[in-house]
Amino acid sequence: MNLAMLLDMAAEAYGERRAVSCGGDSLTYAQLRAAAQALAARIAGGGFGHVALLDTNGLAAPIVLFASAYAGLPYVPLNYRLTQAELGELLGRIAPAWLGLGPGFAATAVPPGISCAPAPCAGAAAPDAPAAAPEDPRAIAIQLFTSGTSGAPKAALLRHENVMAYILGTVEFGAAGEEEAALVAVPPYHIAGISALLSSTYGTRRIVMLPSFDPAQWVQLALAEGITHAFVVPTMLVRIIEHLDAQGAVRFPALRAIAYGGGKMPARVIARALEMFPGVDFTNAYGLTETSATICLLTPADHREAGASADPRVRRRLGSVGKPLPTVELQVRDAAGRVLGPEQSGLVFVRGGQVAGEYRGAGSLLDAQGWFATQDRGWSDAEGYLFLEGRADDVIVRGGENISPGEIEETLLAHPAVADAVVVAVPSEQWGEAVAAAVVLRPGAAAAAEELRQWVRERLRSSRVPERIAFRSELPYNELGKVLRRVIRQELAAA
Amino acid sequence: MRIMKPGLRLKSAVCSTEVMVIKAPAGEAQVSCGGVEMLGATEAGAPARLDPAQAAGSLIGKRYVDAEERYEFLCTKGGEGSLALNGVALQVKQAKALPSSD
Repeated sequence: MNLAMLLDMAAEAYGERRAVSCGGDSLTYAQLRAAAQALAARIAGGGFGHVALLDTNGLAAPIVLFASAYAGLPYVPLNYRLTQAELGELLGRIAPAWLGLGPGFAATAVPPGISCAPAPCAGAAAPDAPAAAPEDPRAIAIQLFTSGTSGAPKAALLRHENVMAYILGTVEFGAAGEEEAALVAVPPYHIAGISALLSSTYGTRRIVMLPSFDPAQWVQLALAEGITHAFVVPTMLVRIIEHLDAQGAVRFPALRAIAYGGGKMPARVIARALEMFPGVDFTNAYGLTETSATICLLTPADHREAGASADPRVRRRLGSVGKPLPTVELQVRDAAGRVLGPEQSGLVFVRGGQVAGEYRGAGSLLDAQGWFATQDRGWSDAEGYLFLEGRADDVIVRGGENISPGEIEETLLAHPAVADAVVVAVPSEQWGEAVAAAVVLRPGAAAAAEELRQWVRERLRSSRVPERIAFRSELPYNELGKVLRRVIRQELAAA
Repeated sequence: MRIMKPGLRLKSAVCSTEVMVIKAPAGEAQVSCGGVEMLGATEAGAPARLDPAQAAGSLIGKRYVDAEERYEFLCTKGGEGSLALNGVALQVKQAKALPSSD
């Protein structure tokens, strides 16, 4: 088993169809396979242990991804926003490695054992006798360095069997019509960027690459390329909506489906998106790097049913991440490991073939029965819809009571003057930890801290009312739109 | 007969069909294509002819299952022969309809 099989099948059945486009250049499935096999032949026998890529989204990403698979080496896409020192540190951890550099990228602090070369971004003739991809299902297909917001980056490992379980469990081969095109704006070093390439290849849906996200370019590309499907992280959708609000209504006649994930989507953003893109199917995807991408889905039908329902128990599902995939089992457990029932909040565990749960040097984090602790807190309703409350580390323990920041943030965001809000724990002599919030007001809007406290008090239990509210002009985010809670926590603790 | 385990790849002895085992219970089974037992991906078989009674064909990308769905095979390359398990024809599994999530 090797993920190169996905491309082999696409090239076998639909070789002349366009596989991927970027900036006016395209490769068919046959050309993509030839280019990947050509690179694999160059790399094989070089004594390398990894194949790395430093590039924005472009034709190089699928070529190098599949070349790694044909060569039987782990693919390591690197974050192009790292400093040269950080990059050098990561390269030292994967040496000996081949490193493909995109146009305009350089590595100046290269440790021994790293062989740099321009990343191929065009078709190439296949070798006369391309070597068959090695079939070891336990071989490592992909190694992703986590963002390292808490300590040194960890190297998450995904084996061929994990990635293939995800793709074969969720995608039907060749199901896309020839007119379909998926806009990929998530960077190549993010699990969603990789799974987009693999899903689209196996589903034979053309990939259109946006080198790096910008809302105006996203809209322009979606219209010019007749994009039918897109995946966005929450900040991308926020910025697309802001752009369209400022620019005036735009119709997307080809657009059929938008999937979102990679962070908590504020309820009012998805509500506005449903208005702005009438007739477009919305899917919420919840997943982690360690689970080879999506493990839960809130489907378009779920969105429509929740949006149209007067029943608050159905309506609230717009804030849910949906139900586990048919191939994934999910449990919510308490701190002692007991499995909890509906509506009971605890820690989310998952199990399934796609769940890798493994870091280099740390081994497998799966328990003896194969369960993986996601480190997310949440609860399921009676029908199995999962509601996330945030990372386990972010829970505020106030006087022995566990408080999740998520519901307080949602409540603050529902205030008409609030543009953005994050809730964290700060040390408290009285309670151990206390609730604190950093709030960004809308331009021209005003609200005093006491007014916001009163707003929360009217809607949630008194223990949820932030004892401290700090106003900010903006909140710190990483480049994929994850709010940096640690930074806020340190600032508010020091205040 | 051979031991079936997920990830195992087999090729037809009589046509271009190739399959990968997706799901299989422990133990041995015989998978045939076009009436002739399938070979391991790198094995060479004795010369054999397609049984005209088992020439309904296989389609790339389709999943083939037995009646109880204890076994599942993914056709990775199509061909002229029909797939069968222990002499009983395999059926095409109905496609799941999951929305795109990436």
